[in-house]
Amino acid sequence: MAKSPAPPAVPLTNRERPADPKPFEATKEQLLDFYKHMLLIRRFEEKAGQLYGLGFIGGFCHLYIGQEAVAVGLQSALDGEKDSVITGYRDHGHMLAYGIDPKVIMAELTGRAAGISRGKGGSMHMFSTEHKFYGGHGIVGAQVSLGTGLAFGHKYSNDGGVCLAYFGDGAANQGQVYESFNMAELWKLPIIFVIENNQYAMGTSVNRASAEDQLYRRGESFRIPGIQVDGMDVLACRGAAEEALAWVRAGKGPVILEMKTYRYRGHSMSDPAKYRSREEVQGVRDKSDPIEHVKKLLEAQGVGEADLKTIEQEIRKTVNEAADFAESTPEPDEAELYTDVLVETY
Amino acid sequence: MAIEIKMPALSPTMEEGTLAKWLVKEGDSVKSGDIMAEIETDKATMEFEAVDEGTIGKIVIAEGTDNVKVGDVIALLLEEGESADSVAAPATKDDSAKGDAQADEQKPADKVEDSAHPAQEKVETGARQLFDAASNDGRRDPEIPAGTEMVRTTVREALRDAMAEEMRKDDRVFVMGEEVAQYQGAYKVTQGLLDEFGDRRVIDTPITEYGFAGVGTGAAMGGLKPIIEFMTFNFAMQAIDHIINSAAKTNYMSGGQMRCPIVFRGPNGAASRVGAQHSQNYAPWYASVPGLIVIAPYDAADAKGLLKAAIRSEDPVVFLENELMYGRSFEVPKLDDYVLPIGKARIMREGKHVTLVSYSIGVGLALEAAETLAGEGIEAEVIDLRTLRPLDKQTVLNSLAKTNRLVVVEEGWPTCSIASEITAIVMEEAFDDLDAPVLRVTNEDVPLPYAANLEKKALIDARRVVATVKKIV
Repeated sequence: MAKSPAPPAVPLTNRERPADPKPFEATKEQLLDFYKHMLLIRRFEEKAGQLYGLGFIGGFCHLYIGQEAVAVGLQSALDGEKDSVITGYRDHGHMLAYGIDPKVIMAELTGRAAGISRGKGGSMHMFSTEHKFYGGHGIVGAQVSLGTGLAFGHKYSNDGGVCLAYFGDGAANQGQVYESFNMAELWKLPIIFVIENNQYAMGTSVNRASAEDQLYRRGESFRIPGIQVDGMDVLACRGAAEEALAWVRAGKGPVILEMKTYRYRGHSMSDPAKYRSREEVQGVRDKSDPIEHVKKLLEAQGVGEADLKTIEQEIRKTVNEAADFAESTPEPDEAELYTDVLVETY
Repeated sequence: MAIEIKMPALSPTMEEGTLAKWLVKEGDSVKSGDIMAEIETDKATMEFEAVDEGTIGKIVIAEGTDNVKVGDVIALLLEEGESADSVAAPATKDDSAKGDAQADEQKPADKVEDSAHPAQEKVETGARQLFDAASNDGRRDPEIPAGTEMVRTTVREALRDAMAEEMRKDDRVFVMGEEVAQYQGAYKVTQGLLDEFGDRRVIDTPITEYGFAGVGTGAAMGGLKPIIEFMTFNFAMQAIDHIINSAAKTNYMSGGQMRCPIVFRGPNGAASRVGAQHSQNYAPWYASVPGLIVIAPYDAADAKGLLKAAIRSEDPVVFLENELMYGRSFEVPKLDDYVLPIGKARIMREGKHVTLVSYSIGVGLALEAAETLAGEGIEAEVIDLRTLRPLDKQTVLNSLAKTNRLVVVEEGWPTCSIASEITAIVMEEAFDDLDAPVLRVTNEDVPLPYAANLEKKALIDARRVVATVKKIV
């Protein structure tokens, strides 16, 4: 459950730390933009769930419903020319937050030639080097070391870029995460480690799996500062990203953002989610929904019911078109089975 | 009775060394822990400490002497009350029998020496036989232009030269691993690179194989060309997830969008008496993975030419070296840019009666066996596969079409091996060319034991290759 941020850890006065982030002061246009992206992710994921049920999408399919504010808030702060992003298998939302065409994402989910990975990756393995989005990785925690490598590349090439590496509360217990923390701080690499703490690693709650359940403190023994953020509030997410980016871009090394969020659906489509009560989920939906939150802010700024309805209709149309495309566009040519195994011919 | 101070073995593979410097002189008294001398092995300069207390009576081997055999007396230490005049310098131990494995084998170790400490300094091990055979040259690669000057180079230097040349050419290339920079390489393969390229491009990592393999892979995905050194491939087991799941598969999973041009390199296979966890040939493991290039060179020229090709490749490469080979010298062509093709086997020796297929250190044994067989009128053709994935099956099949008999020689386990793969290919594609079953000479199907006699029994040797060939020729 999305709790309010915990009180700060005992301050370590001998070390410089990032300032406490302030909520982002968004203009009406920026708020509208956040709203549209978050709503697009919500509706897209609901449609993906539906297509899974109809058999158009197979295998594993991990939905981002409930966590929309994290990807949208953080990625809106990045410099699209320089900064890189990498995540795990719950990756649809991060791609949509980049403005990547929902059609090629949905077509990847249905395993079609027009998919962003030409149908050969699927839900968990999508990439867009054009957007410096490096996947889409299926092994829990792998993206943390890989992201540290992307950050190493930013520093090596002196290109001014920062890597945003997302992982979950489950991945936060993997050994390679700490190997990466160590190297990232040792070499002062430009990386923001983003822990999307949605409270459950598949069916295991954070408390059942983590000796230190305040995950933002997990970098302390590596001297990496951590900030706990309300991941259900897009303005808090954006504000934290600004603070983290300022820290990293100043050459001070990595920082950890623990985003307290919640997924409404099961871990994957095949998860019955018996490990939590219906009331718990409903409670978060009622009290902390990230989209309802922005909707209220927009209403306060004078955006009327009719305008919001228009946005809703446009997004439903976009998603329906993506679904229609993904259902009807052809599967990969059988010859594609043998392509892209190696780049060169030997 | 004066104490004999003997040339120490300072690494698992050390057979001899240079007595670089004496730090004590005759008449000096020493006690346990005093540093007496500096000794150079092929990997490093080591300090040699006194164990016993006494006075240096005589320095038998002068400083600056090269090729001092392990076990030779280098000085005499006088105990209290002894005078220097009372001790005569012993004769250097006769080495004429060295290399005669059969003779030594029949002599129980405890009867070789009758001094107070029965010396075991020359133990016949399986690795020793591999090591000895690993000096056999193949015929000159016909691809090298006639008249090219050849330079005697160790495999270690050839690997280093390959990295240095590619680093000079392309700023995206960097080396990362444990002890690669300040220590100059655990096996000295990266010697000098830090001095030339600095710590931006030659990077010491913590002991963090999984982590730095991932960092390298991520850097490659981001557009750099990392060379990741594993101190040995045994430790790459910690990192195999990134090699296979991250590096090998991403190009395919992304529909060709994401490149991963990375080289994972380091020593592979059995070394000398380092036990089961440090002695394993991973070639069949990696060679089974689509999306990887797997290279296992034998001699120094191939080490250089193939490592340069590996670094230039746009694909992820697993480059399997061999610790026992590092100090071995071979002819390397003196060419500005010696790059070999990936995926091409090499005929190391021509023959018409039987084909011996091998790779890495096994090639030395195959060549040795071929020489023995030639003495008995059997002409063996020796093929070095060089690249294990993609496998140059055509060169194997062409040779088989000529000889009609085939034996695979592999320093590795038999089950699901490169030998198994070659056997299957031959069955499927050249059944009619076979006049006899394909046979395999591989290590025993057990974890590698430590005891010298058991290790020797577990590892392949030329004698077994010869015996196997004779079953089918």
